[in-house]
Amino acid sequence: MSKKTIIPIGPYHPLQEEPELFKLYCDGEIVKDIKWETGYNHRSIEKLSESKTYDQVFFLVERICGICSTSHPFAFANAVEEIGSIEITDRAKYIRSVIGELERIHSHLLWVGLAGHFLGYNTVFMWAWKYREPVLDLFEMITGNRNSYAMFRVGGVRRDIEGSKIPTIRTILDDVKKKADLLTGAVMDDPVIHARTKGVGVLTRNDVIDYGAVGPTARASGVAIDVRKDDPYAAYPLVNWKVITAEAGDVFAKAEVRLLEMYESISIIEQCLTGLGKTKEGDINVKIKEIPAGMGTGRAEAPRGEVFHFVVSDGSNSPARHKIRAPSYVNIATFKKSCIGQTIADATISLAAVDPCYCCTERLAVAYDIRSHKKIMNAAGMIEHSVMKTSELRKNI
Amino acid sequence: MDTNSIIEKLKEKFGADILETVKKNERRVVVTINPGSILRVSEFLYKTAGFRFIIASALHTRKGFEIHYHFSMDNTGLVMNIHVVLDKENPEIESLSNMFNASNWIEREMHELFGINFLNHPNQEKLISDGNWAEGVYPYRKEFK
Repeated sequence: MSKKTIIPIGPYHPLQEEPELFKLYCDGEIVKDIKWETGYNHRSIEKLSESKTYDQVFFLVERICGICSTSHPFAFANAVEEIGSIEITDRAKYIRSVIGELERIHSHLLWVGLAGHFLGYNTVFMWAWKYREPVLDLFEMITGNRNSYAMFRVGGVRRDIEGSKIPTIRTILDDVKKKADLLTGAVMDDPVIHARTKGVGVLTRNDVIDYGAVGPTARASGVAIDVRKDDPYAAYPLVNWKVITAEAGDVFAKAEVRLLEMYESISIIEQCLTGLGKTKEGDINVKIKEIPAGMGTGRAEAPRGEVFHFVVSDGSNSPARHKIRAPSYVNIATFKKSCIGQTIADATISLAAVDPCYCCTERLAVAYDIRSHKKIMNAAGMIEHSVMKTSELRKNI
Repeated sequence: MDTNSIIEKLKEKFGADILETVKKNERRVVVTINPGSILRVSEFLYKTAGFRFIIASALHTRKGFEIHYHFSMDNTGLVMNIHVVLDKENPEIESLSNMFNASNWIEREMHELFGINFLNHPNQEKLISDGNWAEGVYPYRKEFK
């Protein structure tokens, strides 16, 4: 089958970014090989960035991903501030970390919901997305936007978190914590979820190192890398928290890491709010005259892993070169290890397990027969297949 | 291994292939090397010193084509940029993808966008355009309009 007959079906989703096409080559039920095509909607952000001023680039990179829309401005700010040796105020650091961690909570909840949906647990899907709403409400209260928060700028943040808002934030966070308990209990104690996710889509420690995987994908395989700890930035060195890891490397371990990370995020935000109380309101910016020539490396731990920005400045008001690496870029390549040898039903959740930036990646998955090269199943069919497997398991437990 | 001892080790091991070392601070170092030694230097960093390959950034500048290979030492937060300057007319360098898979996509991307040739790459197909762009047109080069 030629590629041209596939392209019009799925990868173009006008509402979403970075469409990709996955081709699973199967022998009967078993996935033997996986190939992907990407770039259907290449936006050339790196090139565009060279034509924008430093202030404008924040709005540009925020639009790389809708879900982790603060991670890219975070990394870009770190890179530019490194070029200019700019030290931001403590208050701005706390605000940045609050936004970063709220984003992690809403992103992980979104993933848990989608994972539940793929497994046929639509209750988990409904719960997770329902409990995500108050987090988005918090974003709206703090930044004015439910998404694409426009909070970052070189030298600080654009909006303050006033003291009057802090009690409301704490109340909502307490509520989110209770709901997270409920959700964690539902996922961790369910025998069917154990049966569907344990030993499935295993990524070994060596695979992680070989592919350079990052974030929960790496941490679930026992590789304890987290930029917030390794290369501290913003308020992360000012608060107490721990890096969550698991050893198994399967889908369950990835879910476990994400669920437990939400508690760490809540704790970080609470400590940051306390920190905000000790700083002066309104002290959120330092004045920047110009960005000198030089090179800056900015890293930020997005919900999916390390976001990497490399900025070269020639002393003008826009970057001379701006390289961006999102975490899914390295995590998606691990499918070559985690999906091969799986059944089609398990491949669906293995693909979802790295949280491949769902507004970026989950576009079209097609199962092919390896002998005849004929398409046997599309993405919807695969999810249906996965749901069927769960119902079969439920009958037997 | 701390930052200084890694720099010393690189100088001691690769001698004349290390052209320049700039240490901005404990966590940011740029080492310019002779492009011919990229495989040996990367092998040392990845296999002996325990660095993780993050990504590589290509640049088109007056000097020609430059690549910064970003390596991370995760337990110290050190980002080591291994910098090479390639020929203006015929930019090519050994591929690292036979050593680790992490560089496979980015080398394909640099080949596609900048026209840099990666020798012995296992599969140097186009990554982004899937053959929809004209051959020999490299959109990230400065002359591209």
